[in-house]
Amino acid sequence: MLKISDTEEVIFSPELISKFNEIVARYPEGKQKSALLPVLHLVQAEYGWVSTPAMNKVADYLDIKPIEVYEVATFYTMFFLEPKGKYVLEVCRTGPCSIVGADKMMKYIEQKLGVKEGEVTEDGLFSWRGVECLAACGMAPVLQIGPDYTYYENLNEAKVDELIDSLRLKTVEKPQIN
Amino acid sequence: MGRKLLLEHINVPGINTFEVYRQKGGYRAVEKVLRAMSPEDVVEEVKKSGLRGRGGAGFPTGMKWSFLAKPEGKPRYLVCNGDESEPGTFKDRYLMTHIPHALIEGMIVSSFALGANTSYIYVRGEMMPQIRILEKAIAEAKNAGFLGKNILGSGFDLELYVQPGGGAYICGEETALIESLEGKRGNPRIKPPFPAISGLYNCPTVVNNVESIAATVPIINDGGEEYAKIGLGRSTGTKLISASGNLNKPGVYEIELGVSVEEFLYSEEYCGGIANGKRLKAVVAGGSSVPILPANLILKTVNNEPRLMTYESLADGGFASGTMLGSGGFIAYDEDQCIVRNTWNFSRFYHHESCGQCSPCREGTGWMEKVLHRLEYGHGKLSDIDLLVDVSKKIEGNTICPLGDAAAWPVASAIRHFRDEFEWHVTNPQEAVSRNYGLAHYADPLPKLENVAAS
Ligand SMILES: Cc1cc2nc3c(=O)[nH]c(=O)nc-3n(C[C@H](O)[C@H](O)[C@H](O)COP(=O)(O)O)c2cc1C
Ligand code: SF4
Repeated sequence: MLKISDTEEVIFSPELISKFNEIVARYPEGKQKSALLPVLHLVQAEYGWVSTPAMNKVADYLDIKPIEVYEVATFYTMFFLEPKGKYVLEVCRTGPCSIVGADKMMKYIEQKLGVKEGEVTEDGLFSWRGVECLAACGMAPVLQIGPDYTYYENLNEAKVDELIDSLRLKTVEKPQIN
Repeated sequence: MGRKLLLEHINVPGINTFEVYRQKGGYRAVEKVLRAMSPEDVVEEVKKSGLRGRGGAGFPTGMKWSFLAKPEGKPRYLVCNGDESEPGTFKDRYLMTHIPHALIEGMIVSSFALGANTSYIYVRGEMMPQIRILEKAIAEAKNAGFLGKNILGSGFDLELYVQPGGGAYICGEETALIESLEGKRGNPRIKPPFPAISGLYNCPTVVNNVESIAATVPIINDGGEEYAKIGLGRSTGTKLISASGNLNKPGVYEIELGVSVEEFLYSEEYCGGIANGKRLKAVVAGGSSVPILPANLILKTVNNEPRLMTYESLADGGFASGTMLGSGGFIAYDEDQCIVRNTWNFSRFYHHESCGQCSPCREGTGWMEKVLHRLEYGHGKLSDIDLLVDVSKKIEGNTICPLGDAAAWPVASAIRHFRDEFEWHVTNPQEAVSRNYGLAHYADPLPKLENVAAS
């Protein structure tokens, strides 16, 4: 993952641009602004977050005003407007998860990683935060990790241990999708 | 065993692939509509089926389709609502994960009925794995000639695309979804104009839930009349119920509308009863937005009739003693759960998800969250309880979109049915932070009609 500061200029790779082009082709002539969300997802997958220079470049690319990108990036909670850990554990905190142990799970993760919600571990590997309902209530508690947003379901402390350890070793198992 | 129309083949290995789905009779509905039916015939069949929108509002799908404007020279759009963010609801994710071609086939049938040549499936961004699954399914269907130009030589063209959201419950509201698909913030539009007249890119647009669209497949295969024979009264067909909370077997179940709540909760075919041998305290029957009911009122109506899983029976008694089927997000709470905490949790959700356009919703949800937080953490006053009722009333009906109501109802209903538990939090602040109120009288025999109707 590339690390960029909020002032450096961003140059999108030709591969990234060709992915953008594919997306823009899905909409009618002149409606390329529709590509904004999928493009921002690709930017975040590439850089780990969405910086102001990156947003400016997206505006250039889609031929819209930078403010149109900022207002969208700040509205949708999936976009990180500051650098995060390489792996962001997003734990569902809403009702159905909460009544079967999500609160405890978040406390456990906080203690295990040694950082508060939203912060980054010293090695730059991890962040965590509570998010609203992930539509996996029957497999609660649940968390997911971008950029592929794999779901980890029916969590308990042992599974969290295993997950974090395996991410540390970069030997993540294939995504389990239920 | 109830009949399964959507999940019949869910356990067949490889059913997520085109090949196996096709072997099991998949894409017959596309062949039927393209070879033997006109778009009007398809709309008629869906009308006959009595299918009601599965996204929450329950509006008849066939009728919605017949409202679509057809001005010359303007494209029409079908947009599938896969935003699925209502707490307690996870059926669309389940369907898209395990049997994606059911949605793709439904999209082709429905797009043909509406005369749409480009259709979008809007899926919440968190469901990136499902987005990949759908993209693969689309590629397979296209490869087999069921998408693209001149499908099956019928002259009908259709391109299908998946659009990711970005993490915002409000984008499930259909006009917010359209705004989002146009690359904007998910601010709901003021209606009218309705999407049927002016929706995506100001063109006539139909927005339908994933399950509604998938349901058109069995409707076409078996005929609308056959579909309407399943279910009870105006609640026709089958419905996916997302069951969660303190249950032995949480998960997604396809039910014939009309099974009793008791059977759904306790039978081995469905949820298998309350987990850990506990007793049931309360149920949210249709996703977080619908009124919560205590155990006694969810199992039976105030007239002592068994409560059934239908739009009508769940609503029996109005808001005084009833609730709604909503999106079918069925959350069960056992005797150890705290109603005040759950209400606070939900109000935090609505505050977090309010788009902020209307002051009653933006400010009111924040206020409710704050007051509920102090009640839950033992700093509340008795007057806070009426304050909450007051705030909820001021939000309800005074906002651009129904999120305001959706935020108000859980609070109002929790206080209506569990007021003693709220009061106990105020009068026993120490105890309230260290233990739960418990079951109290909520599972007692049914209250008398006059006691319930008063609030
Ligand atoms: C705040 C809010 C959130 C909603 N979320 C969803 C959703 O996630 N999925 C859905 O299908 N409908 C949702 N709806 C309902 C849609 O506005 C719309 O009625 C529905 O997609 C129509 O499809 P149907 O007729 O097939 O049910 C939501 C409505 C509101 C007010
Ligand atoms: S009711 Fe709430 S979510 Fe809906 S438009 Fe108003 S502020 Fe936005």
